[in-house]
Amino acid sequence: MDTIPAHLLAAAPMAAKLTLIAPEILLFAGSVVVAVLGLSRATAMRRAVPFVTALFLAASIVVTALVYRSGAVAESGLLLPALGGYAKALIAAIAIPLVMVVGSSIDRKLEEAFETGRAPFDPIRTMRGEYFAFFLLSIAGTMLIANASDLIWLFLALELASLPTYVMVAVSRGTRRAQEAAVKYFFLGALSAATFLYGFALLYGATGTLELGPMRDALAQQAAAGALPTLAIVGGVLAILGIAFKLAAVPMHFYAPDVYEGAGAGTTAFLGIMPKIAGVLALMVLLSVFGWSGHGVMEAGQYIAVDGLPLPLSAVLWMVAVLTMVLGNIGALLQRNVKRMLAYSSIAQSGYLLMGVIAGPKAGFDAVLFYLLGYGVMNTAVFAVLASLERNGEEVETLDDLAGLRLRHPVLAWMLAISAVSLIGMPPLIGFFGKLALFSAALEAGQTALVIIAAVNSAIGAYYYLQLVAVPMLGQPTARTESVQTVPSAWPRFAAIICGVGVAVLPVVLPQLFDAASSATPEAARPVRANIDADGAAPSPATVSAGSTTDEVPDAKQAG
Amino acid sequence: MLSTLTYLLILAPLVAAGVVALSPARLAKWIATFGSLAILGIAVAFAIGFPNWDDGGFAPAGAGIAIMPSLGVTLSLGTDSVGLLLILLTAFLMPLAMIGSFSAVREREREYYAWFMVLEAAMLGVFLARDAIVFYTAYEFTLVPMYFLIAIYGGPERRAASVKFFLYTFLGSMLTLSGVIYIAAQRMLETGAWSFDLMQLAEFSSTKLSSGEQFWIFILLMAGFAVKVPFFPVHTWLPLAHDQAPTAGSVILAGTLLKLGTYGVYRIALPAAPVGGVELNQLIAVLCVIGIVHAALICWVQHDAKKLIAYSSVSHLGFCMLGLFSLNSLGATGSVMYMINHGLSTGALFLCIGMIYERYHTKDMDQLGGLFKRMPVWSFFMVFFTLASLGLPGLNGFIGEFLCLMGAYTAEPGAATGYPGLLGPWWALVAGLGLILAAMYLLIMLGKLVWGPLREPNGHGHGHASGHGDSHGADHGHGAAHASELPADLNAREIGILVPLAVLCLAIGFYPKPMLEVISPSVDKVLAAYPKHVERYVREGTLLDGEDAAPQGIAASTPSVR
Repeated sequence: MDTIPAHLLAAAPMAAKLTLIAPEILLFAGSVVVAVLGLSRATAMRRAVPFVTALFLAASIVVTALVYRSGAVAESGLLLPALGGYAKALIAAIAIPLVMVVGSSIDRKLEEAFETGRAPFDPIRTMRGEYFAFFLLSIAGTMLIANASDLIWLFLALELASLPTYVMVAVSRGTRRAQEAAVKYFFLGALSAATFLYGFALLYGATGTLELGPMRDALAQQAAAGALPTLAIVGGVLAILGIAFKLAAVPMHFYAPDVYEGAGAGTTAFLGIMPKIAGVLALMVLLSVFGWSGHGVMEAGQYIAVDGLPLPLSAVLWMVAVLTMVLGNIGALLQRNVKRMLAYSSIAQSGYLLMGVIAGPKAGFDAVLFYLLGYGVMNTAVFAVLASLERNGEEVETLDDLAGLRLRHPVLAWMLAISAVSLIGMPPLIGFFGKLALFSAALEAGQTALVIIAAVNSAIGAYYYLQLVAVPMLGQPTARTESVQTVPSAWPRFAAIICGVGVAVLPVVLPQLFDAASSATPEAARPVRANIDADGAAPSPATVSAGSTTDEVPDAKQAG
Repeated sequence: MLSTLTYLLILAPLVAAGVVALSPARLAKWIATFGSLAILGIAVAFAIGFPNWDDGGFAPAGAGIAIMPSLGVTLSLGTDSVGLLLILLTAFLMPLAMIGSFSAVREREREYYAWFMVLEAAMLGVFLARDAIVFYTAYEFTLVPMYFLIAIYGGPERRAASVKFFLYTFLGSMLTLSGVIYIAAQRMLETGAWSFDLMQLAEFSSTKLSSGEQFWIFILLMAGFAVKVPFFPVHTWLPLAHDQAPTAGSVILAGTLLKLGTYGVYRIALPAAPVGGVELNQLIAVLCVIGIVHAALICWVQHDAKKLIAYSSVSHLGFCMLGLFSLNSLGATGSVMYMINHGLSTGALFLCIGMIYERYHTKDMDQLGGLFKRMPVWSFFMVFFTLASLGLPGLNGFIGEFLCLMGAYTAEPGAATGYPGLLGPWWALVAGLGLILAAMYLLIMLGKLVWGPLREPNGHGHGHASGHGDSHGADHGHGAAHASELPADLNAREIGILVPLAVLCLAIGFYPKPMLEVISPSVDKVLAAYPKHVERYVREGTLLDGEDAAPQGIAASTPSVR
């Protein structure tokens, strides 16, 4: 086992860090290219923007694979060294169908005007280049979270993931509601940024360092000496609540329905998954500082390792998870507007994700990462169907618009039904296996009550997801649905079919997918158990290369 | 060889579903019929090759295909004699239900038959599963085809019925899933390896888990199965679903789907958590008895023949559960017999009512009567199956009912019969009231429908007049035009589907011995852990020690201090 002293870690070679973030650098370059292409006078160039975006995303998957196979991870000194390998590939892989969904909808009217000559070409008014440049920047920010080695990095990565999305919402469709949604999103986003930044500051105050590795050691030491300082606890809670905004988790969930409703369907699909990945990754990185077993309490002079997060943090997470599930599901029950319903349902889904986070790195993180893959596919499929349809040039919004969809657009209706059934958690679709993994992990971690609450919530969720099956498949078309037709571009439909079929077919390669998710949280990430000696000497952080086991890490009881 | 047949039993219906969905609409019913007959053939071949008829063992015992190795989920198929009998029942009922739908379904035919084939695959999957997740997958997936069958082809309230059916069952089975994963997770913490193998889970749970844990696990597991059975307080979805389902849907729903619930209790809940099974035994028995009597009383005042049969299912399944929860070989064997017999006779009754509905477009017993004069052949079958259903000795229903009650009767603490249990004569006597009530409401139904002066709804001067009654409309699949194709009495096709059922009812009624002989070894294996628990319960009054009573795992939502 390679053990690198803390001071060396701090001065880890710049080159290694840069290698690790090569995929992000590539996407950053991509965003510049795309922004310039979007301003081109030639229509073909502007048309190529989504394709170039997808190309860069595909390339970033390749680069991620190369980087994470090269062994550069081993020297990174990250708390979760291998996390990025899976996370970045996942993010880019889900982003590609998202590009298909959103591709043609940006600037559609403007482009038509340019083509017919109703308006002269005006680079100021084109948005496509900007949209996709911001798209790639947000993706790069989300990826960067996985590699965060200190709080400043984490903060910047979170902001890089967030800020572009405000613009994306605003330009996603040419209505005032989109702008209203963007402003709402921006202000609440700023509030959340302030919240977690405050939390980070308190953590700094409690430990005297911004770097995650040393911070973990300092916290472990403090815990061993007695208890965690209040400052650290409060900082942790504030950081969790701030990050809850990204997950659309209670109490930071209020924006979701309005923003989802206001943004264009393709952008809503993006909001439904990418910020969630960002939030989950941020939580994983941040909570690793507190460690799952790396801390304990002194009782009567005896060190007792505590299994799991410090009680206040796990209690906060627990409450957030439960409230998120319950309020999300109840909110969704009341909606007739599909996008608002899906917004609430995505809140509920965050609750399930948090369940895995609470379960901890042992099995929970694997399950969450795996669930995110399934959720990304289902979510994209549902929104791709919505993005494929329009009524009198407007997006379809209410369930009534979807009535009898089967008769006119059978394929889309089937894709919607399959993904809704998968969202319910019906076996043998991908959504079920995600839930199975989450439930198993949570029960392994002893979270029985949480699992039962989640089980009941899944059943509540079945009610409204079932409407997405019933209305298109069984409903009768009405005068209102007569005017519902597909959008001119075939790409959203293509994405709907890819993702819808994926929902049914991905379980075939289940072992491989799940192993990939498991590989992101190597054994080294579980009990990050510091060697706390009787004299309370500073433990040396154990950095283990990906894939190696922790058999040398002593058990908590031995440590005590 | 045997394991190939098990895979075929699941694959063949799925392939048939695919072929039906892609074939021309007019061929759909034939493909479905011959497909289901072929599946019956496979099931029979499996039964002939089955080596464990006498010893209650599982076959085949292959390793299966790993689905999710890190969680130990494996596609491993195999069953014991009880599962196999239910497989045969399913495979037997399916072609009859298909043929029975020929004249009833005229719209969206391909979908109809394709969903039925999918449903068959799912049901066979439940009876064949040796892995809890495979079991759950199949168990849960029955919801989807049934949901569509009710929602597309059902009566006027079909949408509400289908949603209620789906949600009730889904909520219950989510809880069941939690219970199953809980056992697997505890096993993982103990042994370090995940496995969802039903045998291993049951063995681990019944021997290693504390009595408090078993108690709560039993409740969780029962939550899903009780809904499906349907068990007294959670039975309310059933009458609505039956009432609104198309005839073939009702046949399969009553014939096989309900048995998924009792089979789940038999296969998972009872073996996995004997402490719960004993501790809650009397509560469950009370609910069984309430269900039996309550549903029977509702039947008494029904005007709608189909609803009457539906409620009688609730009452009958109460007997079935009572037999199972006698916790002795006698009662449990009777319970399994009851599952089969109820499938046959109630399935047949639903077919009979469906035939009336196709002719008169009503199931209201106030509008119909004295049909013997119009339809003597139908009346013969109706009387025959009603008698089978109410347990006339010599017909199949009697055996199961008698054994269930015997089981409860002899399940007395310290009984000299060698079947110690927690019930006793009084339980059997009160439940026996249900028998009397069953005779009453079923005979009243016969009296109204078959005997007495001829009554037909307006517009149906003749059975074959084209119907213009208000109870049917263009809003669902039963168009009016085709009613004229049906003769006043049963045609050859309809007689053809009732005769095999009648023959089987008669055969089982006269010579049940071979069936009883193959059921009891399997049942004994499942109940193996019970005698000692029952004995201790009788001795100590409870199996839950003071501190164990608190649900250890369930309360531990916060991190535990090691």
